[in-house]
Amino acid sequence: MSAVVAPRLPVLLPSEPRVSRTRRFAGPVVFLAFGLVDILALGRAHGSATLAFTPEFAKVTVPNLTLPAAATSITCGVLTLLLALARLLEVTGTIRTGSPHTTRLWRRIALGLVLFLFVLALLCWSDASQSSSGTQAIPINIVNLMQGSLSQSIPIMLGAITGVICSRSGVINIAIEGQLLLGAFCAAIATTATGSLWIGLICGALAGSLVGALLAVFAIAYVVDQVVLGVVLNGLVLGLTGYLYNSLMVPYANTLNNPATFNPVKIPLIGDIPILGPVFADSSPFLYITYAVLIAVSFGLFRTRWGLRTRAVGEHPVAADTVGIRVLALRYRNVILAGLIAGIGGAYFTVGSVGSFGIDMTSGVGYIALAAMIFGRYTPVGAVLAALLFGFTTELQSVLSSINVPIQSNLLLMTPYVVTIVVVAGLVGKVRGPKAEGVPYVKA
Amino acid sequence: MTEPTPSTEPAPPGEPAKTASPSPSAPPPPATPSSATSPPPATPSSATPSSATPPPGRPVAGRGNGSFGKNFLTALVEGNTITVTILAIVTAAVVGGLLSAFTNTSVLNAPAGDLIPRAWAAVAATYTALFEGSIVNPHTLQALFQQASLPTALHDGYVSAVFKPLSETCVAATPLILAGLAVAVPYQAGMFNIGGQSQIIGGMIFSVWLGFDVSLPPVIHVVVCVAGGFAGGAVLGWLAGEIKARTGAHEVIVTIMLNYVMAYFLNFLLNSPSMLEAPGSNPVTPSIASNAHLPHLFGPNLRLNVGFLIALACAFGVWWLMNRTTTGFEFRAVGASASAARVAGMKVERSWALVMLIAGGLAGLAGSAIVQGTDFAVNTSNYGSYGIDAITVALLGRGRPGGVVWAGLLFGALNAASGLMQSAANTPPQMVEVLESVIVLFIAAPPLIRTMYRLRATRAGGVGTTMSKGWNA
Repeated sequence: MSAVVAPRLPVLLPSEPRVSRTRRFAGPVVFLAFGLVDILALGRAHGSATLAFTPEFAKVTVPNLTLPAAATSITCGVLTLLLALARLLEVTGTIRTGSPHTTRLWRRIALGLVLFLFVLALLCWSDASQSSSGTQAIPINIVNLMQGSLSQSIPIMLGAITGVICSRSGVINIAIEGQLLLGAFCAAIATTATGSLWIGLICGALAGSLVGALLAVFAIAYVVDQVVLGVVLNGLVLGLTGYLYNSLMVPYANTLNNPATFNPVKIPLIGDIPILGPVFADSSPFLYITYAVLIAVSFGLFRTRWGLRTRAVGEHPVAADTVGIRVLALRYRNVILAGLIAGIGGAYFTVGSVGSFGIDMTSGVGYIALAAMIFGRYTPVGAVLAALLFGFTTELQSVLSSINVPIQSNLLLMTPYVVTIVVVAGLVGKVRGPKAEGVPYVKA
Repeated sequence: MTEPTPSTEPAPPGEPAKTASPSPSAPPPPATPSSATSPPPATPSSATPSSATPPPGRPVAGRGNGSFGKNFLTALVEGNTITVTILAIVTAAVVGGLLSAFTNTSVLNAPAGDLIPRAWAAVAATYTALFEGSIVNPHTLQALFQQASLPTALHDGYVSAVFKPLSETCVAATPLILAGLAVAVPYQAGMFNIGGQSQIIGGMIFSVWLGFDVSLPPVIHVVVCVAGGFAGGAVLGWLAGEIKARTGAHEVIVTIMLNYVMAYFLNFLLNSPSMLEAPGSNPVTPSIASNAHLPHLFGPNLRLNVGFLIALACAFGVWWLMNRTTTGFEFRAVGASASAARVAGMKVERSWALVMLIAGGLAGLAGSAIVQGTDFAVNTSNYGSYGIDAITVALLGRGRPGGVVWAGLLFGALNAASGLMQSAANTPPQMVEVLESVIVLFIAAPPLIRTMYRLRATRAGGVGTTMSKGWNA
């Protein structure tokens, strides 16, 4: 039957002309912009930049790398321009890369390269401009930078994975922010009260899944609009934790809000590998939990029966129901279980890094996670990569502002968000979410 | 089943005739198993007395989709909206009361026998402060009645003291209403504007700059600054809409990112003496000229100003735009189904950009109301949390301009009282956030309230809010 209808549809539905026509050239234009920034702005640096690769107390030392700043930036810019040209030729059809799948792969690799070159140029420029300002130049420590960005990304990654699971099951989860915040709050209280970090971690996870349960009940049983619901739950958690903080945690700070924090755990052999070891295998247990969650979710979502069912429920619940999948039960289970992941991400804020809880200490990370989820095209791996981008830029600006780069720190703080807009608008474009996302399923 | 647009006029006149013809005594609308206690016919018959005579026919599609049955049900829900809203507020008050009772240190340290009285005292103090801070304080009323004559009372400020809480409520409501409209309008067009904060900041930057850097005669200066505020917000709103229209980038990402961008951009401007920073080391702008202040409505003692009237006018304007113009119809059509609107020949992309421009402008007006009405300067934090609060306001108002006004007033009252609640009753100001979100949570789920209070159930799925357009619109 659909075979009869299908040929007619293109006639009926006018395509989206402006979107597709301009979008084709957005990629090359964005690449071009990055290349010009590399050459014209960052290429003006004087002197040389030093990049260090050895963390403190490392067994093996890696020599520092000193680069001429201007030449490096200009080289990066030229390479970027070449990529822009290649992308342009690819768009106009001069170069053919084979199947659409390989084209997409090449595009992603090109995007990664452009961003990498931009960051390299930026690092050289900032280190060189700092040294030209007079005092003893401090090399930028790449290992610390990577370590920092990885830990900055932990809550974003976990939150984004939660979002992916919920969206794939057909429930919009804007309450990630609330899940993180309540997770942080409960982890702080539980750890202080019991003295056990792991109990705190578990309580944080349960708190996240409590918010998930509220989300599920209201979204699935009471068919409340899910965007609304998420925002409201965030407000509720923000108000509740702020209220309890002021009325209980401040007067009883020592017994309620004085948690210990997890110490870094070094994985025996891998942790000693020169550059990669300290970055990936010498960190708080939260990072290892994140690895496990990422592997489990991306395997589960695309390689198991559970994943197939989850995606079916998110794309076409009627069809899923027809073949005997219990749509509502699966949605309940997924939303509540996904809450555990965000709750762990929340616990990271208190028992993972800072220690004591503060009002609104997540400060919008949940919304960033949401953006990372969409940016990553609703896949766990994509979401994690996008989250890493955010974490990296956050860490980068804090490193740069600590070495007195002659640029207003507020403008630096702004860059990750501007870059996100540019990338999302120019390169990612319209992301199609699961079809039934946000649509409550009511049996006819 | 969701209702995308809030065009809520129940039962157009032509409808009953269509379905009345072949319907034998059909069952009443497919209600869910309702509770046993409430008398069924009370609400429906009072809601639509005229259309209650022919019982609705069994709709073809099954779940009350027939035009008559649907209108009948809508009317029923409409009739219950006020009940549900009031019950939601009452429930939220109970939740808030429990919260304030069991987190009060004097209650927690109370001996067992003294527990209940102390808890009661804590709750009473909280809600007394709430009332006195937002509506009227009996002490000022008492003082007024002790005055000899009205003119002296007026002269000595006793009258304005009585109206001060109400005035503060309206002042606090002004930006909430404007920013709430900025969320409600795009929602009707199927877009979700989280960018209220960025647009408010945009409006503030423009109106404060025009306010202190330009000197103009009295009335004109106010108008120019307000217009500047609109333009500043509109630019940012339009940016998000245009990006979506051109590239398909999701407006939620873009608006969230713009919030951060603008917050840092404002900090940048406030820290650069060549830009907006006043002489001195504080990150704050110079004060705007007194010509640019929004005039007070009732004398210098009450802060209530023209901004409130602007907000009401905007609410009316939005209602007129959405319900009485072709453009508004297109917006709602795009919100109901973008592809259907495209097939019908509407320029969907243009609607996206335009609707976000209007929304941004409204949020910008909220910024100018803050700058010109109350604060007279911009610092790093006086854009506040209006951007997110506005979402709650729009939801409570169910996306309709009138509803947004009432919701703004309610939240304005809570905000206005939060200071007194803290000083008089020692209640943390976050109490207001809790109350607000609990109210909206219950209002968003009418079936929950109906179950809790054993009201008559109206529809199998419940109607949720009127704005239940999903994510992929």
